[in-house]
Amino acid sequence: MVSPAHFIALSVILFVIGAVGVLVRRNAIVVFMCVELMLNAANLAFVTFARMHGGLDGQVIAFFVMVVAAAEVVVGLAILTSIFRARRSASVDDANLMKY
Amino acid sequence: MTHSIVLAGPAAETTRLVTYWVLAIGSVAAALGMVLARRAVHCALLLAIVMLSLAVFYLMNGAPFLAFVQVIVYTGAVLMLFLFVLMIVGITAADSIIETLRGQRMWAALCGIAMLVLLSLVVGHAAIGSAGPSTAQFGNSNVTALAHLIFTKYVYPFEITSALLITAAVGAMVLTHRERTRPKPTQRELAARRIASGHPTPLPGPGTYAQHNSVDMPALLPDGSQSELSVSPVLSGGGPAERPALTGPQPGVTSETPPGSGPEAGDQ
Repeated sequence: MVSPAHFIALSVILFVIGAVGVLVRRNAIVVFMCVELMLNAANLAFVTFARMHGGLDGQVIAFFVMVVAAAEVVVGLAILTSIFRARRSASVDDANLMKY
Repeated sequence: MTHSIVLAGPAAETTRLVTYWVLAIGSVAAALGMVLARRAVHCALLLAIVMLSLAVFYLMNGAPFLAFVQVIVYTGAVLMLFLFVLMIVGITAADSIIETLRGQRMWAALCGIAMLVLLSLVVGHAAIGSAGPSTAQFGNSNVTALAHLIFTKYVYPFEITSALLITAAVGAMVLTHRERTRPKPTQRELAARRIASGHPTPLPGPGTYAQHNSVDMPALLPDGSQSELSVSPVLSGGGPAERPALTGPQPGVTSETPPGSGPEAGDQ
């Protein structure tokens, strides 16, 4: 029997993996991918809770999360492209002009 | 639910269990691989596996509309956008192994474990019931019910979403727009530059006279040596930063290239 708890557990694991990836990775694009993984994990939790409660509001929220994630990716990748054009690097370590 | 009509009884439960475990283990492994893989392209492909598995999970949870949106928007659009930007940045952009902050990976792993423990405790203490009553909303009419909800109860967030999307599109255009600082070269100037570059003919195509004709296979010259001009610099590992300028002196045809130092040799 696949209960909602199964899906919530999977969602927790995926979220933590994404968070660790954001902390560990250097390449800004991969950091973005890990953020997407976290958003997807949250979406899975939303959908599971919607199924649990027998309503559809969770699915609507997951839908809005997807829309916001798409907009976030567009702007984020545009920023990355312009940073890459200026500094010839996609590493988050190299964007340190405002550090000191 | 549509699939419970097709699959009823204990066989359906077994199918669901097997599907869940196969895809859950697969997606967790792919997510771990995404964090651990050094090449960004591998990360993108592993992320595609996770996203497609999640689409199946949405289907199992009675959200067919979200499952298709997941495949079309996430796997189709967002991931392709990632791959486009990866091709711009250079396909061999690999993370360096050197830690710039000492002990960062260890602390990150510790934070991850602490977060996992915390979230597991929260989830373990929460009363997660069984699946709710599968009303008609979860069946064929899922799309209809979602549309009803979006256009009545959530109509204001939906309208704000449109403003967000327009802002994002305009923002992306503004951010990636490049102002032309020099006058556009005319065709006459381009022709003169091309003749002056010492290489007036088109560059050789990849794979000519070589063993196969894939795009990363350098063409063979009449004397049997490889022509590195025939391979796109993005593929040969230099990245766009080292793209040979047409005006400058050409790195040209390197004869005496050992066979092993093909496109893979530029990989640091």
